[in-house]
Order: sequence, then structure tokens, then C-alpha cells
Amino acid sequence: MVIFVMLFSVTYSLPTFFNEVPNWLISINAKKMNLGLDLKGGVHFLMQVDLDEVIDNKSRKFSNDIRSQLRKNKIRYSSFKFENNKIFIDLSNNVNFEEVEDMLNKNYQNTFDIKRLEDNKLQISISENAINELRIAAIKQNTTTLRNRVNELGVAEPIVQQSGKTRIVVELPGVKDTTRAKEIIGATATLEFKMVDEESDAYAAEESEQIMFNSKLYYDDAGQPVLLKRNVILTGENIVDASSGFDQNSRPSVNITLDGPGSKRFASTTEDNIGKLMAVLFIESKSESRVVNGETKRVTKKYEKIISIATIQERLSKSFQITGLDSPKQARDLALYLRAGSMAAPMYIIEERTVGPSLGADNIEKGKISVIIGLILVLIFMTYYYRVFGLFANTALILNILIIVSVMSLIPGAVLTLPGIAGIVLTVGMAVDANVLIFERVKEEIRNGSTPLASIELGYKKAFSTIADANITTLIASIILFIFGTGPIKGFAVTLSIGVISSMFTAIIVTRVLANISYENNSRFKTKELSI
Amino acid sequence: MRTIKINYEFMKWHKLAVYISVFLIIISLLSIFFKGFNYGVDFKGGTLIEISFNKDAPIDEIRDFLEENNYSKSSVQYFGSKSEILIRMPNILSTNESNLSNDLIENLKNKFDFSLKRVEYVGAQVGEELRDQGILAALIALILIMIYIALRFEYRFSVGAILALIHDVLLIMGLFSITQIEFNLSVFAAILAVIGYSLNDTIVVFDRIRENFKAAIIENTNTVSLINESISQTLSRTLITSLTTILVLISLILFGGEILFGFSFALLIGVIIGTYSSIYIASSTLLLLNISAKDVTIEVDEEKP
Repeated sequence: MVIFVMLFSVTYSLPTFFNEVPNWLISINAKKMNLGLDLKGGVHFLMQVDLDEVIDNKSRKFSNDIRSQLRKNKIRYSSFKFENNKIFIDLSNNVNFEEVEDMLNKNYQNTFDIKRLEDNKLQISISENAINELRIAAIKQNTTTLRNRVNELGVAEPIVQQSGKTRIVVELPGVKDTTRAKEIIGATATLEFKMVDEESDAYAAEESEQIMFNSKLYYDDAGQPVLLKRNVILTGENIVDASSGFDQNSRPSVNITLDGPGSKRFASTTEDNIGKLMAVLFIESKSESRVVNGETKRVTKKYEKIISIATIQERLSKSFQITGLDSPKQARDLALYLRAGSMAAPMYIIEERTVGPSLGADNIEKGKISVIIGLILVLIFMTYYYRVFGLFANTALILNILIIVSVMSLIPGAVLTLPGIAGIVLTVGMAVDANVLIFERVKEEIRNGSTPLASIELGYKKAFSTIADANITTLIASIILFIFGTGPIKGFAVTLSIGVISSMFTAIIVTRVLANISYENNSRFKTKELSI
Repeated sequence: MRTIKINYEFMKWHKLAVYISVFLIIISLLSIFFKGFNYGVDFKGGTLIEISFNKDAPIDEIRDFLEENNYSKSSVQYFGSKSEILIRMPNILSTNESNLSNDLIENLKNKFDFSLKRVEYVGAQVGEELRDQGILAALIALILIMIYIALRFEYRFSVGAILALIHDVLLIMGLFSITQIEFNLSVFAAILAVIGYSLNDTIVVFDRIRENFKAAIIENTNTVSLINESISQTLSRTLITSLTTILVLISLILFGGEILFGFSFALLIGVIIGTYSSIYIASSTLLLLNISAKDVTIEVDEEKP
């Protein structure tokens, strides 16, 4: 058992000490230890996903849908109000409550909680379940989109991971240009295609501020008012591929490919509207902090800009080109965002940790030196104080470090960080503790007049419960650290926990085996004193 | 069975030790209360930028530059050596506070020649969370440890151990408050590690006390001398382990670099205080709670009929 563990830990810790991993080691799945960002350099971002915004938007959209469905089904109402994500409807006297309920259940199974306030007054809100599903779906979509975008950055081994219910962790090893990285992961740009409302007069609407229900006022590049229909023909979600380029007049452009439903809808709309104007809207959400009633709040602001208005010349379907972008860079970025998919919810960075590559290398160097010097000091001290038994303890100590390194390389997801190195250093100091306890006990037994062999036996036996108690309590503390700690602290907790467990093994079993081999089977020592 | 041993009269001084500790704790609490901590960005939120120059850093010019460019609330200081500089900025409400660092670096790059070593940005909300999580983690660890000791020993032992731990934690925090050394996430980790370490020490002493109590039930020796004997017996172990740990910590302080300094320093102080507290605070508590050999043996007899 001891020999097996020795071989195992030596073998699996080897890759970490070499620059190039030999083939035979790779073939048995031995790997280098994973280094944390603080050791290899890179960026760590923690993104907060604004899920309330998703619910707000969805509620607003539902409210519009329900209103138009009521009209379509000729269900009459005297008032329709949308407040705090709830819809309040006063139905006309001759309308049955059940009619509305049936309509909603048919079109949206179990999405809504419908409450009857009075005879013909209804309150409709999205149900708890549906809200949860929306949230889960939104954060999933954001994670996927973010992953797609990060992949476009061309970083080796990036990590994009959901963290908790509302957060996403992004780790980009080796990235130096954080400005670009932030731009790419933080942007929310997308496109919408809408028809221009040519029947109403945009100027009149601007002046009178009276706009038809199904239109909305925008301004184009020149600052001229334009009325666009609220009805969206296409959104970024229908786009499956996009690439940037230039049109025949060398203006930056984006070539767009649509998915099946999108191209069908686009084809029929463009076919019906040949000769009419269509607008392409560029939409960006930006999040900012504001102080509301003394509390800091995040507000997401939507910036909409018309990038082009053009007459539909022919029926368009699966792929087409849009122009009107400011620069080739904007075209490139837009193509990237469209390709990567849309974000379901706005996000913002709430934590960033960037470590330059030189600092990473520096940290590794410093970590190595402090481990080695600390180790040498302890080895010298133990040999001086405990003689032969000190050598046993030293063997156990070195084996202990090898076990930590090999276990760290084998556990997927275990990462060595700078505090992790500190954890190893601390383990070096504390690992000898078990041996000190045992050896002091053995010495005591010898003073009490026991024979050398009996002293070893009793020393190990009596020290055991102390060692167990002491290590279990330390383990409790380090597991708590692991559960509640973040990033670097977790790294410390991991090495400390592994160190505590493996030090119990090496200090108790390995030294015992060494002591027995030396003193039991060797008649020379039997009568002599122990070298302790 | 027992042969001649050197017994130090530790408990002779236990009252004095308690007075000294109480005094130090009061000073620590006063400092924590009135002076507070020099929190790092981890807990306070804000942006930290570390840059390094090939030569001595032009720290005054950088200060002036920041002043001129509306970064007046930021602080600049050397970090480790004269060629490295640390800039700290508080969180400012703006459209893109996470981009502050990029803007500043961009601006600095236009004027100075340096390489970027490290950027840390922590939003206000995250800072608060990290602090709350930290306090919660420490409390849960303490409670679990207390339960474990109460089960393995007796409740008085767990009171003694916890008082010793609280004593250690308060003194380390007091020291960080008095010296105003930056209090960040790694210092916090060090404090939790000290909890583990000091506990280790305390348990070893307690284990001996328990063992001697069990052996003494027939001889009816008095409690004070039993505790003295137990501490004396474990003293060499306590000192040797502390010494090896201190050896590696000194290596960490000297060679581990500036980033680990707070961590190593907190641990070093913790190990020293922890060694003292497991001898005096934990054991004094046992005496103050009137523990005697009977308490332990009865407990054990019930466990193993």
C-alpha cells in the first residue's frame, strides 16, 4: 500500500516538474497541475445578468400580445392597463370571464396566474414557475452566447461558466488586451428590421406628440423624424450567420443569413411590400449605476439607432446584405455579435481581476522559492532534532508534497493559485506536527522505561487520537473555506484540505512502516537505543 | 508509573495572563471600532492597478497626472520596490465603472512607459457580499468546531477552545487595525487558517489534560497541577511545531512577494498568539469553569459502558 502510494504520487507529480511531458506519462493520463490565472496571467470577469430586465421586457411583450389577441378574438373590454408587470383588464359586460381564460390557456399553457378581482375585472401576471423558467432560459442563453463570443477571441482554454443563479464567470488565460475583451463580452448589440410607417406624417407626429398606437417615433442619421411600425419583422434571433465585408461602393457591410422561420417571414413580408421603405435598427443596451432614494441601482438603457432605410426592390429571403455602418470595425463587431447569438438579458461586469503575464511568472518563481526554502529549513531542523526518526519524518514530508501535487493534477478543476502555494507551504509546516506528536510520545515512553519497540508501538498508539482530533478540526475549517470562499481562497482551501488528509497518511503510516523496517527486522538495532 | 518530570508552574500565571489578554482585546476592539480597517478592494469595492517600470517609477509625476485628469480620489504608492506602483481608485458611479481602469491605463500609456502587472476591479455590491460571506464562513466554522469538541470532549473544553480562538482572531484583527496594513481576502483566509492552527494546538493540550484526568481519578491529584503537568508534557511538541511553521512562514514573508505579505504576516502573528492562547487562554478557561478530573471520566464512562 505504502509502496503503491509512493509510486503513484511520484509518477503523477512528475509532469508538473518537467517543462515537456514525456509520452509515457501522457499515455497514463498524467497531466501538469492546472495553474490559476494569478500564476499564468489572464483575466477573470464576473458578470451580473440583469434578469429583472428580462421579466420586465417579457411582461411588456405579453401585454401587447394579449391586447392584440383580445382584439383578434373580438373580446371587448372597457379598459386595459399594464402596471408593475401586471395586466389589469375591465371586460365589457357581455363578455364571459371564461372566454379570456380559455384564450390564454390555449395560447400560453400555464404561463399566467389569472385572478378575478371583481365580476368582470381581471388581473393577469406571469406565474412563479414561468418566471423561473424565463430566468433559467435567459441565463443559459447568455452563457451560450458569451461562450460563442469568447471562442471568437481565439483564447486557449477559456472558461465561461454560470455561477449561482444570476452570474457568469469568464476566465481568459493569457489575454493582455482587456479593453477588447470587455468590449466583446459586454456588448449587447443586435438588429431589428421594421417597416417605415409611410401613411402618417412623421413631422406632424413629432410636433403633436400624437402617434398611432402601432408606430413609434425615431430619428435617422440626419436627425429627421421617422415613424416606424411597432411590428418587428425580424430580430437578431433569426440570424444564423453573419460576416462583415464591403458593398460595391466600398462601404462597410454585413452579410446576413437567416434561419428557416426567419427567412419565410422575411420573404413574405418583403414580397407584400415591394416599393415600400424598410428600416434596419441597431440596438444596444448599456447598463449604468444611478442613485435612487439613496440606494445604488443598475439601470439598463436602450440605445436605438436607425442604420439604414431602403426601398424594398425585390423579394428577399435567406441571405442578404445590410449597409449603413459607421466603420469596418463596427461591421466586424456587429457580425460577431450576430453570429454568436443574442443576449437574452443585459449584463455588466461586477468584478475583474487581471494578472499580467510577467506577474504570473513572477508569482510562480516566488512560490517555488518560498516552498523550497521553507522545506529545506524544516528538513534540516527535523534531522538535527530527531536524527534517524527525523529522516523518516522528512521522507514522509516530501512524499506528502508529492501526493498533494499529484492529487491536484488529477482532480479535474483543481487549480493551483498563489494562495494555494501558500497552502502547500503551510502544510509543510503543519505536516510535521503529527510526527512531532508521535516522536515526543515515543521519547516519553522511553523515559518511562519501555523498550524501544514497545515505545514505538505505544507512541504511535497514544498519539493517534490527538492527531485525528487536531486534523479533523483543521479539515472542518478548510472545508468551510472551500464552500464559502471565492477564487483564490478556494485554491488555498483545496491544497490545505488535500494536505491535511495526505499528511495524516504519510505521518502516521509511512513513518511507522519506515520505523518498523529499520528497527524490527534489523537485529543490530534491537538492543540499542532508538535514534530519536 | 509516572517518573520524575520537569513541571512548569504555568497556571501560577493564569490570572495575569487573562488580565493581559483582556487588556489587549479591549485595545483591539477599541481600534477596530474607532479606527476600523484599511480594507482592500476585495471588501470595499474599487479598482486597483499595479504597474511596473524599468527604472524608478516617477511617482510624483503620476500623482500630478492623476490629479489633472480627474482621478483625484485615487491614491498612488510604491509596491514592493521603487519601480512598482499601485494605484487605487474608489468606485465612482458612471456609465461604465468597470471600464475606469481601461481608461486610466490608456491615459497613462500615452505619457509613461510601463508594463501592466495587475488590475482588480470589485463592484460595491460584490465587496459587500465577500465581507458578509467571510463573516458567515468564520461563524459557521467556529460553531461546527465547537460542536465537534463538545462531542469529543466536554462542553467546558469547547468553551475554552472557542474563547482561545476568538481571542486569537480579535488580536490579529486588532493588530491589522492598529497598523492599518491592508485587510483583504487573503488576510481573511489567513485568519481562518489561524483558527485551524490554533485549534490544533489547543486540542493537543486538551487531549493531554483529558488523558491525565482519566489517569488521575484514582490518585485524586488537584486540577491545577494536572493541567500544569499536561502543558509541560506537550510543551516541547507545541514549541517544535510552532517553530517549523514559523520557519516556513518566514520563508514566505521573505520570498513570497508583496502579494502574499498580508497573508504570511497574519499567519505568523496568528501562530505566535495561537501558541500562547492554547497554553493560557484555553486552559485558564477550564480552571475558571471549575473543571475537575471527575467531569471527564464520568463522561467517558457513559460513552463506553
